[in-house]
Amino acid sequence: MAHDTTVLVLGGGSTGCGIARDLAIRGVDVTLVERGNLTGGTTGRMHGLLHSGGRYAVSDQASATECIEENEILRDIASHCVEETGGLFVQRPEDSDEYFREKLAGCRDCGIPATVLSGREAREIEPYLAEDVARAIQVPDGAVDPFRLCVANALDAERHGARVETHAEVIDLLREGDDIYGVEVRHDSGPGKRTHATPGTTEEITAEYVVNATGAWAGRIGAMADLDVAVRPSKGVMTIMNVRQVDTVINRCRPKGDADIIVPHETTAILGTTDEEVDDPDDYPEEQWEVDQMIDTLAELVPIIEDARTIRSFWGVRPLYEPPGTGTQDPTDITRDFFLLDHAERDGVGGMSSIVGGKFTTYRAMAEEIADHVCAKLGVDARCVTAEEPLPGSKDIAVLEEGMDSFGLRSPIARRSKQRLGSRAPDVLEPAEDEANPVICQCEGVTRAEIQDAVEQSGSDLNAVRIRTRASMGNCQGGFCCQNMANELHPRYDEQTVRDALDELFQERWKGQRHALWGEQLSQAMLNYALHATTMNRDNDPANAPAQVDYAQFDGGA
Amino acid sequence: MAITDDVLVIGGGLAGATAALAATETAPDARVRLVTAKQSTLRHASGLIDVLGYAPGSEDHGHEQGQKQKPIVDPFAELDTLPTGHPYERVGGEAVRDALEFFDDIAGDAYAGGHTDKNALVPTHGGTVKPTARYPAATADGLASDDRDALLVGFETLPDFEAPLAAAHLEAAGAPFDARGVTLSFPGIVRDDAKVTRYAHLLDRNERVASEAGAGEIGAREALAAAVEPHLEDEPRVGFPAIVGDDRPAAVRESLADALGVDIFEVPMGPPSLPGLRLEDLLYAALENAGVRVTSGVPVVDYETADGAIDHVIVDRNGAEIPHEAAQYVLATGGLVGKGIESGRERVSEPLFDCHVPHASDRYDWFVDDVFGEQPYARFGLAPDRELRPLDANDDPEFRNLRAAGAVLGGYDYAAEKSGAGVSLATGYVAGTRAGEESE
Repeated sequence: MAHDTTVLVLGGGSTGCGIARDLAIRGVDVTLVERGNLTGGTTGRMHGLLHSGGRYAVSDQASATECIEENEILRDIASHCVEETGGLFVQRPEDSDEYFREKLAGCRDCGIPATVLSGREAREIEPYLAEDVARAIQVPDGAVDPFRLCVANALDAERHGARVETHAEVIDLLREGDDIYGVEVRHDSGPGKRTHATPGTTEEITAEYVVNATGAWAGRIGAMADLDVAVRPSKGVMTIMNVRQVDTVINRCRPKGDADIIVPHETTAILGTTDEEVDDPDDYPEEQWEVDQMIDTLAELVPIIEDARTIRSFWGVRPLYEPPGTGTQDPTDITRDFFLLDHAERDGVGGMSSIVGGKFTTYRAMAEEIADHVCAKLGVDARCVTAEEPLPGSKDIAVLEEGMDSFGLRSPIARRSKQRLGSRAPDVLEPAEDEANPVICQCEGVTRAEIQDAVEQSGSDLNAVRIRTRASMGNCQGGFCCQNMANELHPRYDEQTVRDALDELFQERWKGQRHALWGEQLSQAMLNYALHATTMNRDNDPANAPAQVDYAQFDGGA
Repeated sequence: MAITDDVLVIGGGLAGATAALAATETAPDARVRLVTAKQSTLRHASGLIDVLGYAPGSEDHGHEQGQKQKPIVDPFAELDTLPTGHPYERVGGEAVRDALEFFDDIAGDAYAGGHTDKNALVPTHGGTVKPTARYPAATADGLASDDRDALLVGFETLPDFEAPLAAAHLEAAGAPFDARGVTLSFPGIVRDDAKVTRYAHLLDRNERVASEAGAGEIGAREALAAAVEPHLEDEPRVGFPAIVGDDRPAAVRESLADALGVDIFEVPMGPPSLPGLRLEDLLYAALENAGVRVTSGVPVVDYETADGAIDHVIVDRNGAEIPHEAAQYVLATGGLVGKGIESGRERVSEPLFDCHVPHASDRYDWFVDDVFGEQPYARFGLAPDRELRPLDANDDPEFRNLRAAGAVLGGYDYAAEKSGAGVSLATGYVAGTRAGEESE
């Protein structure tokens, strides 16, 4: 029987995109479907920590070892997505000495470079650390941009012939007897797809093999073919500060606990996190106490956070899994390891495997193992090269740094554009040399050329443009630039499409700000509201109104 | 040594300036002083004088975004229907009319719209239209409720205004004329991120710029007209983003109009807004003419009371704490944007006098999930009596001689209603008039 594709990957997060890239490079014909945007599930809702493995050095040494190996690989193949910030495990007077010793020994057992610093030495590195911080362990933690990393994987998969279909939600698994042979997807009228597929139409995509890489949603996919995949989704909050209070990843050195990490990320710092099991990964409470806890607890490590400005908070859902019968109560104790569930072996249903558990830092190793498994099933004999092959944009960052002003951009913007784009910078920025290239997003220094490049990749979906460029993710949270970003869609897209895309982005930006609504950010929110409602009348736009306005009744001039 | 005045106005935006001017007019012999801590928020404002564009609180909950109600044709006819506690209800409809007349006198030729009670519909830089009661002279030929066809001109280095998109949006909004848009490069602009004032100054000073035709240098106004001319069909009016002059906007418009043989108008823009800054200049010129003493850059940091009244306030002048005493005080420090109202995780407050600000104790009740829904935070502010004296939690005046005006007042959502400037004018006018009367 002829299939539409050899392997069908479900899920456009880091795992799915990593698998698609790995298989595509090996010459396998791959299609990936994602119900929303790439990174729209868990990948885009993480704190951006590139683990050194230090976090798991006591509790889960297998994961810790894998983390440090993958950490080193990602610094190599995706240098443009990684910032080598370094990390500190910080001990306060009330934190246990014994645990500190175990952490240090664990790091050394797992091959994680670890140095002990006195409190004073730690404060020399991070001056805002609390006065009473006793000592710290320095490890090679880093910050990683999950959006760019995931998109780079998808781009490379496409370069190797894969089909990547976003806004295509799986509505059914196609199963005949004990064989799964594909899925039915519904093409959504969602953003970015308005001109790519007919909204509301469905499509059957058949495949020799299906890989369910939907993470926290894997149980829902499994259920479509009566397979029980017992994922235990666990939510965590992350709170974004307006500036980088620290330049190093700051971890609390204690066994476990909420609110124990600060990750510097581009111009911001992200506070994390909580760990609480939820029933539905699409619908769970986002609560005030979680945000308060981030600020109150992490202020013990970095006191200025207490009065600093937070710009928004967001929540993500971990796809935790443990084999049936393990029975761990506290989600914090569930292993971060991943599991490959071959439904042929497990349930007697062929044609599909599900991937559950795991973590972002080791996405590539997971993808490799899964691709090996799939290749064995298909009889494909090709070696994995993803640990050596740089991702698009990662080559020659040093060369790019040399010509700071070569694109006629002011240097901080040029530098940041090039960091974001990596070795794709010349492709993206050169065409703009003859054309005006004004800054579209002032907070993040994103220029027209970058926005246009992102629109090229992702269509009219401004949220996809946002994750590719960081436009609208700074202090003003899009109040000043959402409109300008939308303007960039015209004339490629018509007025109605632009208006809808703007409304969607503005509403999305509001969603996260709601959890940061006090002080400066409430003031900013009022200014944004005033700009969009008072000055632009976007809340009562007659173009959206059902009834015509009778212009003749109004003042037509003296 | 304390500085002594009859009326002290705190805050230098539209409400504060109006209060100081009204106090001087009411009591010509009174010493009136205005102190401001920082730049006013007028640089964020479009420069339009909205009175009431939409009825407050009548929207349908759970509506689809952007589909609410029709704009109000006659704002003055609606003033008596407003809910108790709304600033217009507090001062009464007649006072709103008086305040607008007062403004019309101050503004003179710089503003239009006073010939009728009706709202005008003005194009926005996003492309839709909004109702407003008064508009700058620069916008007078740009009304969307005027049925003449229009050519909109945008510039490739000004990403805030995409003229062809705005023209298409006007059509979608049902505007009764044909609008077309073109995007040009602005003569003489060499940097992609030049400030809006750079565009305005090029035109103000008619700086020499390279001519398109390669014929040496010509004036910026002439060069701009020459760039627009080939795109003009038979539209009788041409609109630009609001960069058409800073100090000499009328002269710039006239040069362009003469060169092109059409009327020239500006589409109001977001921050930094030249029409907002021009309004600020107009107000400060009026304050100077009226003899109001203006001290800028000085925050009020403390106050003392005597017998339920404010005895004096302490003003920080470069680190020196100077007492200022007056018989009457007007608080016009702005809302959340101007920082006349502040908030923390636990509480919303008025930072100078700690006047009572009604608000929910749980900060998750300060907002609703639809960004354009009925936002409780947008209504934060002081609740005054009909004299505009802020009331405490027991509905008694906080201080006998303190009145409040403008966005520091609560109980209205100026963004949804399009009532910001009107409320500032009306409450500034009433607070200033009463303060003037009682200072004597």
